Amino acid sequence: MNIHEYQGKQVLKQYGVSVPEGHVAFSPEEAVKAAKELGSDVVVVKAQIHAGGRGKAGGVKLAKNLDEVREYAKELLGKTLVTHQTGPEGKEVKRLYIEAGSNIEKEYYLGLVLDRETSLVNLMGSEEGGMDIEEVAANTPERIFYEEIDPVVGLSGFQARRMAFNMNIPAKLVNKAAKLMLGLYQAYVEKDAAIVEINPLVVTGDGQVVALDAKFNFDANALYRHQDIMEMRDYDEEDAKEIEASKYDLSYISLDGNIGCMVNGAGLAMATMDTINYYGGSPANFLDVGGGATAEKVTEAFKIILSDKNVKGIFVNIFGGIMKCDIIAEGVIQAAKEVSLEVPLVVRLEGTNVELGKKLLNESGLNIVAAGTMADGAKQIVELVG
Amino acid sequence: MSVYINKDTKVLVQGITGSTALFHTKQMLEYGTKIVAGVTPGKGGTEVEGVPVFNTVEDAVKATGANVSVIYVPAPFAADAILEAVEADLDMAICITEHIPVLDMVKVKRYMEGKKTRLVGPNCPGVITPDECKIGIMPGYIHKKGHVGVVSRSGTLTYEATHQLSEEGIGQSTAVGIGGDPVNGTNFIDVLKEFNEDEDTYAVVMIGEIGGTAEEEAAEWVKANMTKPVVGFIGGQTAPEGKRMGHAGAIISGGKGTAADKIKAMNAAGIEVADTPSVIGETLIKVIKEKGLYDACKTH
Repeated sequence: MNIHEYQGKQVLKQYGVSVPEGHVAFSPEEAVKAAKELGSDVVVVKAQIHAGGRGKAGGVKLAKNLDEVREYAKELLGKTLVTHQTGPEGKEVKRLYIEAGSNIEKEYYLGLVLDRETSLVNLMGSEEGGMDIEEVAANTPERIFYEEIDPVVGLSGFQARRMAFNMNIPAKLVNKAAKLMLGLYQAYVEKDAAIVEINPLVVTGDGQVVALDAKFNFDANALYRHQDIMEMRDYDEEDAKEIEASKYDLSYISLDGNIGCMVNGAGLAMATMDTINYYGGSPANFLDVGGGATAEKVTEAFKIILSDKNVKGIFVNIFGGIMKCDIIAEGVIQAAKEVSLEVPLVVRLEGTNVELGKKLLNESGLNIVAAGTMADGAKQIVELVG
Repeated sequence: MSVYINKDTKVLVQGITGSTALFHTKQMLEYGTKIVAGVTPGKGGTEVEGVPVFNTVEDAVKATGANVSVIYVPAPFAADAILEAVEADLDMAICITEHIPVLDMVKVKRYMEGKKTRLVGPNCPGVITPDECKIGIMPGYIHKKGHVGVVSRSGTLTYEATHQLSEEGIGQSTAVGIGGDPVNGTNFIDVLKEFNEDEDTYAVVMIGEIGGTAEEEAAEWVKANMTKPVVGFIGGQTAPEGKRMGHAGAIISGGKGTAADKIKAMNAAGIEVADTPSVIGETLIKVIKEKGLYDACKTH
């Protein structure tokens, strides 16, 4: 789960990480009020969307007086920003962050991420701040430094100092930078983050080390123990169907095609998409109903698929392990009764309780095309959708 | 022969009184798995499906000599359950539970360094040696005893591949689901090594998916060490970048972990990769025919 920059900075503050003063604003009036309260000569008006690259896309403006704040706020609110992370459709700006301007001497990059090869959290830092770090990694990988963190002792002071020296932070500010890194790591671990990025981290003219941006992504599996983070979720930033699906613990992702898919298991769900593509079709979604699904959950999954107006046919592909085929069949039947099913439905069942599942479907009186294998099912639905 | 588990394996079920565990305990018993104990704190002294239940893993091991544990404990408590199994010096802990917080697993992995126990999973279907021992949630009937080893990051895709093999009369020595999480206990290379050394395994099916670089590392290992033919499949060839495809581990980020990269690495290691999941069985049969292993692999 992602949160906004201003929310990320609220989290960082709790861990002693220096961030500029700022307030969130939902209207030009609120923006002006926020700027007044800051009492700073220069304020920054920042669009809050869940995507990086806002600066380049014109989502960050420097205002020298309150009139400019109002002007920029009016311009940005309601505007659709297209950055390299939003996709071509862009994202509408609904919130602004009004922040005191900083006297920037130099920009750096700092991040925390899990290294899958070692199963350890890594601190990453670079002198190349304010840039796309993936570009730095591709062009000048030697300019990115890493510290592997032992989960038993956490990030050590010497590691943080070594990182600060490697990043060429001025010697007299190294201790401040190290303290910031320790706070950042503590926030990462205590809040179960998956990724934290501070880009840029800055050294200011008055000798401060400040996080000028904050990008957090949290481990969805750990949100149950972080009520405060859950409350930061902004539903406006997410796909409505994906939100609905998450209420029922369904793993759903919207795609551009017209064949709705309902599958159990993430691997099989991906492979089903691949197979539909292979036969010339195009999937409308990724949907893993998971292992412990009930008939109600399956019914909801079906409704979510059908709420996508692009869907011209549905392929249900189940290989039951934990998931029992009769549960899937019950859910499909219940859903087909609740919503008048007008598009073709191909069902392939295999695995635990398969005979019972097939029997239920056969006796349901529904117009279901039975498929023997995944390839057969994919071929049939692609043909039926045309 | 087989790898990891066989007819003598004594299994302990952690979280045995939960509904999923109960269902699968019944299924495992029906398959013939020797389940000797269950553990649910507070339910010690009771019995489930004729299996004695204990309060702690330690008690269960002392009383029954269990050497492998299967974990169905809910995600918030699953990391703790793994630690308990490791502390009891079991040979193996197979964790079925999905949605375990990843930082819990980072700690577990660190704790396990230098310990005796091998962890398989989490978020995996388990391990099966057909006709001898089934530990996990896979449907037993799709398997057939034989000589092909299967290793996979995805549960349901493993079933898909195994089912195809069995339908063609190609049995399996052992099928191992290593799970779809970014931090897991046993990786492709661990299992490939076992299959390479197992005299009853003649060929291997390796099923990966997008995200991470485990398949690329495994391909390197195969190229340098593997003496038996390997065929593969990669799920998520058409998945969009940046989206997490259900499995926490299945995400393409920064252009890394794409299916194309993995397939390229596997091909370079001499691993034939199936175009679609429906032809994993066919692809294996083609390769073992070329290597003259078909008759030896054909069960009946």
